Parts: sequence; C-alpha cells; structure tokens
Amino acid sequence: MYDIEEYAAAASLADALNRLAARPELKIIAGGSDALLKIRDGKWAGCALLSIHGLPELQGVAMDEKGDIEIRPLTTFGQAAEDTLICRHLPLLAQGAASAGGPQLRRMGTIGGNICNGAPSADTAPALLCLNAVLDLRSAGKSRLLPLNEFYLGPGKTALEAGELLCGVRIAKEDYQGYHGCYYKYSQRRAMDIANISCALWLKSIDNAVADIRLAMGVAAPTPIRLPQTERALQGLPLEQGQKRIANLVRQEIQPRDSWRASREFRLQIAGEIAARCFAAACDKIQGGKADVSNR
Amino acid sequence: MGEIGRSIPRVDAKDKVCGTAKYTEDLCPAYALTAKIYHAAIANGWVERIDIDDALAVPGVEAVFTCMDVPQLPFATAGHPWSTDPGHRDVADRLLLNRRVRCYGDDIAVVVATDEVAADRGLRAIRVEYREEPVAVTPEQAMEMAAQGGEPLHEAYADNILGRSQYQEGEWPADTEELTAAKGSYVCQAVQHCHLESAVSFAWQEGEKITVVSSTQIPHIVRRVVGQALGLPWSRIRVIKPYIGGGFGNKQDVLTEPLNAWLAQKLPGRTVKLCLSREEVFSATRIRHPITIDIETLADQQGNLVARSYNAVSCQGAYASHGHGIAANGMTAFRDMYRQSQALRQQALTVYCNVPAAGAMRGYGIPQETFATEANMDDLALALAMDPLELRRKNMMLPGFKDPVTGITCHSSGLEECLRKGEALIDWQAKRQAYAKQSGPLRRGVGMALFCYKTGVYPLSLETSSARMVLNQDGSAQLHLGATEIGQGGDTVFAQMAAEACGMRTEDIRVVSFQDTDVAPYDSGAYASRQTYVTGMAIQKTARLFGERLTGYAAGLCGMAPENLRVQGQHVVKQEDGQPVISLEELAQEAFYSLENSVHISAQTTNHCRSNTFAFGCSFVEIQVDMPLGQIRVLQAINLHDSGKLINPALAEAQVHGGMSMALGYGLSERMIFHPQSGKLLNGNLLDYKLATALDTPDLQAVFVETQDPTGPFGNKALGEPPALSLAPALRNALLHATGVKINSLPLEPQRLTAAFREAGLLEGGEDHV
Repeated sequence: MYDIEEYAAAASLADALNRLAARPELKIIAGGSDALLKIRDGKWAGCALLSIHGLPELQGVAMDEKGDIEIRPLTTFGQAAEDTLICRHLPLLAQGAASAGGPQLRRMGTIGGNICNGAPSADTAPALLCLNAVLDLRSAGKSRLLPLNEFYLGPGKTALEAGELLCGVRIAKEDYQGYHGCYYKYSQRRAMDIANISCALWLKSIDNAVADIRLAMGVAAPTPIRLPQTERALQGLPLEQGQKRIANLVRQEIQPRDSWRASREFRLQIAGEIAARCFAAACDKIQGGKADVSNR
Repeated sequence: MGEIGRSIPRVDAKDKVCGTAKYTEDLCPAYALTAKIYHAAIANGWVERIDIDDALAVPGVEAVFTCMDVPQLPFATAGHPWSTDPGHRDVADRLLLNRRVRCYGDDIAVVVATDEVAADRGLRAIRVEYREEPVAVTPEQAMEMAAQGGEPLHEAYADNILGRSQYQEGEWPADTEELTAAKGSYVCQAVQHCHLESAVSFAWQEGEKITVVSSTQIPHIVRRVVGQALGLPWSRIRVIKPYIGGGFGNKQDVLTEPLNAWLAQKLPGRTVKLCLSREEVFSATRIRHPITIDIETLADQQGNLVARSYNAVSCQGAYASHGHGIAANGMTAFRDMYRQSQALRQQALTVYCNVPAAGAMRGYGIPQETFATEANMDDLALALAMDPLELRRKNMMLPGFKDPVTGITCHSSGLEECLRKGEALIDWQAKRQAYAKQSGPLRRGVGMALFCYKTGVYPLSLETSSARMVLNQDGSAQLHLGATEIGQGGDTVFAQMAAEACGMRTEDIRVVSFQDTDVAPYDSGAYASRQTYVTGMAIQKTARLFGERLTGYAAGLCGMAPENLRVQGQHVVKQEDGQPVISLEELAQEAFYSLENSVHISAQTTNHCRSNTFAFGCSFVEIQVDMPLGQIRVLQAINLHDSGKLINPALAEAQVHGGMSMALGYGLSERMIFHPQSGKLLNGNLLDYKLATALDTPDLQAVFVETQDPTGPFGNKALGEPPALSLAPALRNALLHATGVKINSLPLEPQRLTAAFREAGLLEGGEDHV
C-alpha cells in the first residue's frame, strides 16, 4: 500500500505542463520504478502525483532527415535495449539500458526517469554523456535545450527547474557516426543490481590512432561524469599506447568515494580495469571483431 | 508397496504453481486491522520517554501501545521442545516490546490502524527520547565493554557472555618438531535467511481463545510460547499454520506471534495483522551467527592428525534465541568429522552484543564449523604437500565411530563413495596438476570439502512425534501431523511413507497440510533435518496400525482371519495370493454406515525417538578467477550426499539444489553490514544484500550415494540442512588452488579478493596500476 494523497493523469503534454505550472510541487510519475520506491521509503509519503504515463507525445525513438536521433523520455529500458535505431547507432546505450535491474524493471522504468532521478549509478547516463546528449526541457510557455553534461548538479540533484518536464533526448549524427564502443557495468551480481562503478567508452580512430575518444563513468563521482583529462591525454595516441595508458589515467582522474558499498581503493582498481577492457573491446570492433566485455 | 524411492510430483505442486495454494496473507480477512512496529533508532540504551499523542490523532489509527504497556513476563523464543527440567530451558530474555534497547531496530512500540498507510503515518508521528549507552557490535567489544564496567545487555549476564563450553582429550604434544602445523583464524559473517514469504501472522480473540494464524515452522511451540508470553494457559492459544513460503530456521523461532496475540487480546473482537516488511525481516527477526573460529592442527609426516584445537567465539546479538546451542553444535561436528591420535582441545563462547539476534538457520552452526575445519584441512594439505583428498581419507570418520559426549554413532557411511564419485566427476587428479602452475590474470582451480551432520536432536533434546490416520468414506485416508510442510516437500514424503507402511497408494493419502494446534497431534515441527526420520517413525508406526485396523474390519466382514489379509493399493487382499477380498471404498462405506458395526476407523500413535545417525556428503567445485576484477566464476559445482535411502529422489535433488544455492551466496556474496558505531544495519534490503540471482547461479549438480541406515524408519537419514554445508569451503579451497591465496573470511567477495591479490603481489607490475 502506497501513501499517495492525490493522483491525476495528464491528458496531453500541454495538460501536463499546465498542471505543473499551476502546482510545481506535483511529483511526476512515468514508469514508477523510482517514484514508488520514494513513496514506500517515506520520502514522498503523502505526495500528489501527476502521471505522464502513456502520453503519446513523449514516446518513441526517431531519426530526422539530418540523421539526428531523438529519444523521447517515456521510452522504457526494455524498448531502448531493443530499438532498431539505438541498437544500430548507439549500441553502448542499448547495453546500458539492458543492464538495468531485471525484466520487470526494464518494462517499467524509463530513460527520462533514469536521467531525471539524478542517481550517480544511472545505467544510461555514461552512454548518453559519451553521446553528447542534449535535453529538451519544457515548461508552460518556455523551452530550452541543455547538454546532459550540464544537467547533473549533485547526487539526486539536477538542473530541472520547477514546472519543467524533460520532453526529449537528442543525439546529433556527428556524435555517433564512425564511433565504436561499449558500456561496462561492474556490479556484484549479473542482474538486479546497481553498479559499483560503470564505464562507457566511445572511440573513433584514424590510422590506428585515437581520432576522438569519449569516456564517461558512473559512481566515480557524486554524479555521472565525463573524464576530460583522460580523453585529452589519449587524443592522437596510437591505439596500442592508448590501451597501455588508459587504466592509469582513469585512476588518476577520478575521485570515487569510500563507502560501505565499496572502498575507494577497490573502485579505483575496478575503474581502471573496466576502462581498459572497454578500450580493448572498442579497438576489437574497429578491427571488425565481436568481443563482448559486458560480462552479462 | 514400492512407494519409497518413487519420484512422484509434490502433492502441493499444482496449487503452488497455479497460485491457488493459500498462505497466511491470502487467508487474512480484508477487514483486519494492520499493526506496524516502531523500531529503535539506537543500538544500546533505554527509552526514556515516548510520545504517542500525535500518532493517536492520525486518522485511521485505532491504538498505539508502547514498551511501557507490556506485561513483564520474559519469554524465550527458540523453537525447541519445552523441557520439564528448568536447567535445560531456553533463556527467557525477551518482552513483547522493549524499554531496554539492545539493538538498532529493537521493537519498542506498535501502531494499530485501519490500513498500512495510516499505520505508517502513525509511526512517523511517534517521538522517542533515549538514553544511549556505548555500542558493541562484536563479541570482543561486548566483553571489553563489560570488563570496563559498562552496563551489560542483560542483567543476568554481567560479562555479556551467554554461554561457554569446553572439551578436552589427551595431552597436547610437548615436542612438535617432527609435526606439521596448520593454523588459522576463520571468520564467518552474518547472513539472513531471505525466505520469500515474510514473517507474517494475524490473530483474533473469540471468547477465551486467541487464534493466531502464522507462517511458522513450529506451530505447537508457538502455542506454548504465546501462552507463556501472555501468561495464559496454553489451551487458550490456538495456532494455525497454512502453507509457508520458506523459513530456513528463521521461522523455527517465535517471531511476530506473541505481540500479535497480545494485540488481539487488547482489541477483543478485532482481527489484527502483523506483517513485517523485507527490511524488518533483515533487521528485526533472526540472522545466522557470525562466528570466528581459530583452529590449529598438527599432523605427522604421513598426514595422520595428531592434535587439534578449536576455539570459537560466536556473536549472539541482542537476545538469546537459540543461543549457545549453535556454537556448541559446531564443536561436536569438529570432534566427530576427523580423529586424532593424541589430543583434542575445544572451547566455544557465545556473547551478547548490539546487533540483531542470531537464531537457527539451515545448518545450525555447522556451515561456520565446516568452513573453518575444511579450510584448515586444505591449509594442512598444502603444508604437507599432500593431496587434500588423500589427507581427508586418512583421517575422516569411519563406520562404528561413537561421539564420546552425545553417544551418537556412525551406523552407515557412504562418504568414501561420495569422494570417489566426486573425484571422478570433477576430474580431480588431472585438474589439480593442470592448474598447479598458472600465470596471467585468469586462473582456474578445483577444490573440495566434506561434512557430517546429525539427524534430529536426540539425545540433546526431546524427540517425539505423533501421527493420526483417519479413514474417509471413499476409501482414502487423512493423515494428520504436527510436523510441517515448509516448502521442503514434507507432505509428499509423509504421504509416501504412510502409503508404504499401510499398503495403500500414495495417491489415496490426503495429508492435512495446515496444522491447527487444537486438532493436530503433537510434533515439535520442521527443524534439525528431523522430520523424515523422527516424524517418519511416527508415521510408520501409525500407518501399520491403521493397516491392521483395515484388515481387522475386513476380516470381520468376510469371515477370514486378519493375519491372512493385507492392504494392497485400493483393496484388502488375501495374504497368500494377493486376490482382492474387498475394495477399500466398499470397506469404508460399510464401516461408516453399517447398521450392525459402525466404526470410524482411525489410528494414532506417538513415537518417542531414541536414536540418531550421521548423514554425510561433500562438494567439489571448479572455478575461474578474474583477478583484476576480483570475480569468481563457478564453472562446475557438484554436491554428493549420503542421506541413506531416498524417499523421493526428485525432491531430494531439489533439496540439494536449494541448499547449494544458499551455500553459494554464503560463500561468494552475502553479508550483513553493520555500522561500526551506530550498530545500524546498512544493507538490509535485497538490492544491497547480495543474494545471488538466477544469472549468478551455475548449474548445480546433485549426486547421491544411497545407503540403508539401520536406524532410519525407511533406511533414511538427514537431508534438509546438509546441502548448505560444504560448498563455501570448497570454493575457498578452489581459490587457494587457483591463486595460492588463502582467504579465511567469508564471503569471497570482489573487494576482499582484489585486496588480497594486491597484497600477494598478483595485481602489481605493468603500467596499469597506480
């Protein structure tokens, strides 16, 4: 039994934005996999819920004539993991979505919720950071575009303003074309778990050297992060050298916390190792191989 | 005839698979009030003041009771039979709600409301003021705290030591120069049972009687303890046990029932439900005892054990529950499994501290003992440069062995055969050699471990069981028991055993699965791997008598001597040629409705069991270790068991799979983490507590070596708990084989592994590392 004081389902996106404008304290429920937990924990006990579940304007994955891809926020983990466009062009995001929870959670939980919840362990965040995802944020009478990299402010804290709703996640063609990479989730179990540390790597090479590399990690900091120093250091290096250096670079750049879930030393060890394995897998794909490092 | 050894489907399979089986919550009426417990937010101290006014004002809240209101009648919760000898009773150290807080999460108040939401709102409105005492989360801290003059957890135990025992044989060798030693401190963690169904009950009072419907392994014991906790004659308590979704020993303790019954008494005419959340099951029921065991073993150059010492310190937690019995049980197993030529020194200590109470859990102290003993045996084999399997063969228990204290005797042993089969199945010799010298980040290893396990609790405690059989009008029979189906398949094998002993078909035996203490004959319940053995004896005795009564009545009808008749399937037949004389249906119709001789044919007996016997087995595993990631992948896992004659081989195999799964979590990933200062459980939920998922579980292989035990009613011995014993040490020993690294603390989790590999220099070198 959940302590929900009030519940209303929005009839349309416009209706949702109007209701939010009138009552910014409304809590949004989409799939419910985070919202229901917060209600059960007591954090949101007695809340008033506004459901956007099932709104057609917020569903689907599409590519425009320029080749840019838009993922609407109600896309579930399960849909993202099996979507043709995502699997073909953004495989690391498909892997991230497929690694979340178990089958039930993947049918409930949405990409939009995964982003807006602001968890450092969000399974789709590292991939989306690598893809330079841009968020389409709207409120009644206003809309703005914000790079995902500027969206995270702290654990559970985001730049989402009162009355604002995430309406789309955009990925430009130049951010995926010609790249190879993968997502590695390191967790204690192979299913139904959160990451101790996670890594997404997106690599473009020219003449066996790094032409561009994007590296993002979950649980390496209070929010999902890109690793700009490591990226810069690897830029232009022959792949073979990059492979040798990446683990150490990662361990020098990140500042994971020491907690009862995992020690800082352990997270550093694993972070370097999985980054190196992701790099190896990306190189393998560049050379036409099919190595799977995802450990799932 | 031939009902024993048949792999018939479970009698409850269809209902459980289709969802038509009724569990406690399914039976609770929708109008019932909901009770929710307020748990302490400190681990040691006193409730000074508790303000419930705001809670009472919450709409829907019907009543709030606190630790200031409860009867001052201390009671014991362990699921042991009552002892008429006061010196033999469990420690009565609990009240329904506690002013004296002894662990974080201790029960201090309860809100009763019309629904869960109102109850939760009531809980959030309660204000408590505490007086805090320093917190001890380990036995060492608790003993130190007492030594410094700190307030003990329980007044009667000033040093916080709940129990201690010692055993000694022979003289420790003065000259050890010629001997090889293996010495280690083996640390076993706290884990939780994680039964699928929560701890749940509902209760109401009608006239003088309080009825409690509960998910319990031990209905008759619950009845007694509720009576004691409320100060009522036991006959005024009625306990009903429906189907239960797992217990694993947690429900061999009295959990929600006394408080629930008291609420029913305070609110006469109302039905009150008390269902714990998963988080409460973790922090406010029972756990497996964390035990640290120091072992030293001395052997001669041929690998014969000369002297052994065993020193265990067991963490009891806040309340006695099963108490020192767990650590003491481990001592016995250590004494029994291997022999030594000169000296044995044993000591065990059980200490109260500020963590949730430890109680019974599948294996009852033996998973801890087996981990320590079997790890130590591999350490010794390494020191002797000897095959671990050979070392065990030289020293393990042989048929005819008799424990010097309990008198429990080895009547049958298939252990040697288990070892032989396991050795072949895992390809032991070849792999021990092949993996002896490896390099690189991925390493493989094979390991094994073995165990012995008693069957039931004789002679430490009473073993008694009763059964009743009653003829139905259609020629089938009801079987009434106090023994309980808890998911293990008890009802199915009970039906098979009854059929075998009376001559009827298993299909015609209807086991009454729900125990109702007002009508079910006495049996202390499901624990100690006892029911097929102890209850089996009572069923055999009763069913034989029932069969005689059927033939006796048939003899009267057809004018034949009863000794010339027997029951076979659905008929009474002639002894000599098996020719049917009368069908059981006709016989039943006659017996029920005869105008000359109407008899309701039934039989009831009690069997007082005065024997015990050892079950045996072992585990063999092959693993691959990914050292930089600290991960162990189990490539093959085999459990081999001698549990005597199997009543139902398919169910026996399922029992082994379940136990292996439990041992896998114990060995690799499960651990309750307590905050070292506050004593708060940090990972009391199924996300942060790493119970293995299906994807983490390798194929589990179960192999049996069937012996015919002369003491078992059908040649059978214990099987309930043994599958959970030997896999964890086998994994540890395989890790030793793979990497040369001894990890002596459970679980073998990645962080522990990477730290140990780093210390051993296995992660160093290369550009990759800081």
